[in-house]
Amino acid sequence: MGQSLMEIKNLYVEYHTDDARVFAVNGLNLSIKKGETLGLVGETGAGKTTTALSILKLLPNRVGKITSGSISLDGINLTDATEDDMRAIRGNLVSMIFQDPMTSLNPVIPVGEQIAEVLDLHKKYSSQEARDKRVDEILSLVGLLPESKNDYPHQFSGGMKQRIVIAIALACEPKLLLADEPTTALDVTIQAQVLELMREMKKKFDTSMVLITHDLGVVAQICDSVAIMYAGEIIEQGTVDQIFESEHHHPYTVGLFGSLPDLTRKTDRLTPIEGLMPDPSDLPTGCKFHTRCPQCAEKCKNAKPPLYSIEGQLLRCHSFENLAKGNVAE
Amino acid sequence: MPFVRKLGEGECGRMSDYLIETRNLKKYFSTPRGLLYAVDGINLGLQKGRTLGVVGESGCGKSTLGRVVLRLLEATSGEVLYKGENILTYSESQMDKLRLKMQIIFQDPYASLNPRLTVSEIIAEPIKVCKTITDKTKLDAKVSELMETVSLADRFMNSYPHELDGGRRQRIGIARALALDPEFIVCDEPVSALDVSIQAQILNLLMDLQQERGLTYMFVTHNLSVVKHISHDIMVMYLGQCVERCSSDELFENPMHPYTQGLLAAIPVPNLQMARKSKHVVLKGEVTSPINPKKGCRFASRCNFVKSECMGEDIPLRELSPGHFVACVRCGA
Repeated sequence: MGQSLMEIKNLYVEYHTDDARVFAVNGLNLSIKKGETLGLVGETGAGKTTTALSILKLLPNRVGKITSGSISLDGINLTDATEDDMRAIRGNLVSMIFQDPMTSLNPVIPVGEQIAEVLDLHKKYSSQEARDKRVDEILSLVGLLPESKNDYPHQFSGGMKQRIVIAIALACEPKLLLADEPTTALDVTIQAQVLELMREMKKKFDTSMVLITHDLGVVAQICDSVAIMYAGEIIEQGTVDQIFESEHHHPYTVGLFGSLPDLTRKTDRLTPIEGLMPDPSDLPTGCKFHTRCPQCAEKCKNAKPPLYSIEGQLLRCHSFENLAKGNVAE
Repeated sequence: MPFVRKLGEGECGRMSDYLIETRNLKKYFSTPRGLLYAVDGINLGLQKGRTLGVVGESGCGKSTLGRVVLRLLEATSGEVLYKGENILTYSESQMDKLRLKMQIIFQDPYASLNPRLTVSEIIAEPIKVCKTITDKTKLDAKVSELMETVSLADRFMNSYPHELDGGRRQRIGIARALALDPEFIVCDEPVSALDVSIQAQILNLLMDLQQERGLTYMFVTHNLSVVKHISHDIMVMYLGQCVERCSSDELFENPMHPYTQGLLAAIPVPNLQMARKSKHVVLKGEVTSPINPKKGCRFASRCNFVKSECMGEDIPLRELSPGHFVACVRCGA
């Protein structure tokens, strides 16, 4: 881990629908170092996937738009890149693993061909044999038999399909891997296998990774640092130790942990966060969490809290003003 | 099958307490490649007011078991006893009456609600079908009451499912299941499609309802943390068979079957100390095909402790300590 690989600065993303402007990402700052795994945690609608799609510039045409901010990856400014540039970057410099392995593969093309597609686009192989050899290599890397390359996706189980998706994503050894809930659709045992595979791959290729998830258990297993998103903003960020061990937490983070059934002790009732994520087309003023916050004060309703920094841990909550002694990250 | 009788013997004193009981329940599907053993000889007993968690990987037959118990699928053989009566021999009309007492909550709140009905119509539908309330005003009052029970605001009464989020939709599914005041509900992965904070709200709701109404749940899930939280007893299934069954606390403190141990080790615990301590022992391989399985322990191909005794003979479920049943030759030998 050393210099920074990707920098997102002050990113705003909006979706325009017929009757509303949806503010999906609101002033996001994020940076990832080489070899680092960042967990991007939040509930449905927090803007996690939108952030990943913005990096790839895959926001739905005409509907989704980056309104301001910049994203730079390995020295390239992605916000200015043309569609041709992006085609060369996607799958090569940065690739993505989607949530649902069942729907992210083409059902009518053998899986070997689907892996070869990435290679054909980005790598020049001297011969068909050299390319096919690479496909075999990649398949065995993710723990599948090279002979299975002629099989179709429906012949594989969910865990194996996710391995194929990972194989496609890693085929060109990208510098950054965006994994959008890669294990959510899988059984725990298969999830453990896939996480183990991702850990190995990360070590082998020194790939940086953004792991989008809502499962704090997965985060504890694999991440180096964690950013927690709520309504398009980062509300808490720090190393994995800070998020799991520190005594200071954003009330939303406390709620997230309180929602999880704890295997280590007996609880009669969970302590979930009351209410729902605010409608992103009609966000509350002040702190966006104030409508659900058990510690909401008058100030929270009007003034948006800055991102306070306590020993490197970032917290967007007014209650940390004194503790942070005026240290503000942005 | 000698083990069937053995399991009964230890429990015959409490037999009459069971609300739901199955005896050597089997459900086979015929496929072009052979018989698929979805549920293969399940014995379970469920007392009133308690929750039985059924866990296992996809394809282990846990959802099929839930459906066979409700007779949404016809069993191949065996018995399902409701208050001591075998319901598999019931006629259609007897079954219709019984369905008032047995309901199901489905996994996917997006697919299990009719998109063309409003929320109040969906909740009223079981009542209309079963004609338990025929008076219009009483029906409306009942629907309002049900919506209040599951904390759905009255303003959603005339909304359509697509206008609501997953958590609220699952609340509709729960309200619909409660509409006929059942005694027994099969919850088929009711929270797996929901976000954690919403999941916690729904779990709390289900537990509150159980306390208020003395409901009995069969809770089918692959999420072990959820099952520990909500269940009194847990049954671990593997390829249609029960491999371990005991109280929830006992299972997590003292798992005996290698499969249960592997499952528990695979749970990603949201605790840094534990995550770093764990050695990432992962269960190798995947669930093998349930079509024409070989004789012997079905877990043998993935088991680290496999011995020659594991093959050839079916492994009986034995009671190794009071209330703790395990199907493994290694345990307690």
